[in-house]
Amino acid sequence: MEKQLSPDEKLEALWQGKLSPKDPKGNPLPFQSPEAKKAYKERVLRFKDAIEMKKLPDRVPVTIFPSMFPWINAGMTVQEAMYDYGKCAQVFQDFVLEFEPDVHWGAYAPGPGKLYEILDYKLYSWPGHGVAPEHSYQCNEGEYMMADEYDALIQDPSGFFSHVYLPRVFGALGGFRMLPFLPGILEMYGVALNFIPFGLPPVQATYQALFEAGAEALQWIGAIGGADGALATFGFPNILGGFTKAPFDVIGDTLRGTKGIMVDIYRQPDKLIQAMEALTPLMIGLGIANAQQTGNPLIFIPLHKGADGFISDEQFKKFYWPTLKAVMMGLIDAGIVPLPAAEGGYSSRLDVVQDLPKGKTLWMIDLTDMADAKKTLGQNACLLGNVPSAMLNLSTPQEVGDYVKKLIDTTGQDGGLIICNGAFFDQAKAENVKAMVDTAKEYGAYK
Amino acid sequence: MSEKLVNAIADMREEEALALVKEMVESGSDPMAILDSAREAMAIVGQRYDAGNYFLPELMLAGEMLGQITEVVKPELAKSPEIERHGKVLIGTVEGDIHDIGKNIVAFMLDVNGFEVLDLGVDVPSQKFVEAIQDFQPQVVGLSGFLTLAFDAMKETVEAIQAAGLRNKVKIVIGGGQISEDIRKYTGADAYGKDAMVGVSLAKKWIGAE
Repeated sequence: MEKQLSPDEKLEALWQGKLSPKDPKGNPLPFQSPEAKKAYKERVLRFKDAIEMKKLPDRVPVTIFPSMFPWINAGMTVQEAMYDYGKCAQVFQDFVLEFEPDVHWGAYAPGPGKLYEILDYKLYSWPGHGVAPEHSYQCNEGEYMMADEYDALIQDPSGFFSHVYLPRVFGALGGFRMLPFLPGILEMYGVALNFIPFGLPPVQATYQALFEAGAEALQWIGAIGGADGALATFGFPNILGGFTKAPFDVIGDTLRGTKGIMVDIYRQPDKLIQAMEALTPLMIGLGIANAQQTGNPLIFIPLHKGADGFISDEQFKKFYWPTLKAVMMGLIDAGIVPLPAAEGGYSSRLDVVQDLPKGKTLWMIDLTDMADAKKTLGQNACLLGNVPSAMLNLSTPQEVGDYVKKLIDTTGQDGGLIICNGAFFDQAKAENVKAMVDTAKEYGAYK
Repeated sequence: MSEKLVNAIADMREEEALALVKEMVESGSDPMAILDSAREAMAIVGQRYDAGNYFLPELMLAGEMLGQITEVVKPELAKSPEIERHGKVLIGTVEGDIHDIGKNIVAFMLDVNGFEVLDLGVDVPSQKFVEAIQDFQPQVVGLSGFLTLAFDAMKETVEAIQAAGLRNKVKIVIGGGQISEDIRKYTGADAYGKDAMVGVSLAKKWIGAE
């Protein structure tokens, strides 16, 4: 009987995998130079030590976690970054090699524009399709799950996504509505009837679109994954394993929409909670699958509708936190490091969210005061942040440097701090981004 | 004015509030009195939001209730209700940005606080703001934007208003996720609002003063 690894052992195995990187064939990764190999391992360890909060890293780690900045800074439009995968990957590589953050997060942000066209993605507008070429994609807020569809989601989430939700948000997936009920494909009597839909033009058109989208996705990942591989040989690791979401945001962002979920808190609180509980194991599974596929230990969780000002303390404790915590604990149990990004302000939430095992999570902090965060959440979790977008755009390099020093002085003295931008930025002054990275390196040594 | 109805709405008891309204309509109550109660309730909702007791769920449910009550009462009205309006506010999300939830909340709060609001929607070019100022003649202009690209669009809009010779006729307030005092200075706006209630009190201050 195989010995089951403990959560700590599983996570340690992932980190050890990162410290001995392989090429796609499984051979040891060929670094550009011994210096690159040494720097790579130092950077991975620096992040590991900061996150685990057991011993101090050699210095405060620093990273940049932008949205479209790498491409806009290079004079590209977002449209170009979304449609020319090779150029997207190359420009991203140049960005990392120029700014030299300790780790990068991959060139995944723009995504493959052609794929969204093939599948007719209605949920978002993107450059050339509803927004100008130089602007980033944006979500089309709406009700994509109706108020009376909670039971369908609760009873069979996959079935609901397949038959109802995905055809609503992807124009090309209309054929999914006609697919057979899979658990009904049984024994011999009538089994052939299930397969009739696959002979019908609407279903065939959907599968044709899927084949095209699949080919496009492979092209895209070839280029973007290639950037990760190349950057590793230069000594710059990507430790991001993928993403998952808080169940409240799954429903509130793109299913019921903001207005939908907010009124559901009053009109259907029990159904809402049931639905979030049904989604919890699926969101854990999503994070685990991503981490297994990439071999990277961090799973990103953008936190949206639980921020300061959105819902009350009681509503946060009743509706937002329990299933988010359950997702994070499920990931931790599987040997993964949750990386929630507390977008906006989380000052009113710190007391609640500090209830986590120590050294197991990494929290990206945006507008919340870092010193306040350190006193509560930061006692149990490593903090990542929080240079503001306004500062990166409008301040001087000196001012950015002073802000970084203040962060290190007030929040980084006993570890548990990684310097980073606080929010995902498209625009900034390059010299300010550079000042953030360089100051952290110069000032962040642990004596 | 029905205190029972005011409290039902302000306390978020939707079914009770709607049942009361139907009862009142059936028993021949003055439809204007029903709407007055609804507006009184909205003012209380606004105060509770300002005090940090109510949040988006309450604002949105209040909006839903007001909409439903208006639907029930509208057929009973002899003519459109004439309510006293303190002043005019023009609002919109700037060009390139399609985020609108925050803007919609501000517009709603301004409306229930007695302002006449013209909402230009999202992705509004600066020229459209200029034309709307010329036609609608607001005292206050609100520019909303969530993305960092909005900083420049807001600056351009303020400049366009200046170029049209209208800058000293309006007070301009900006708002959105990543806005700060530095951004306010950069855009040339008069103020920034970190939430809807700041927007409302700015409008009151500017328009009340005139």
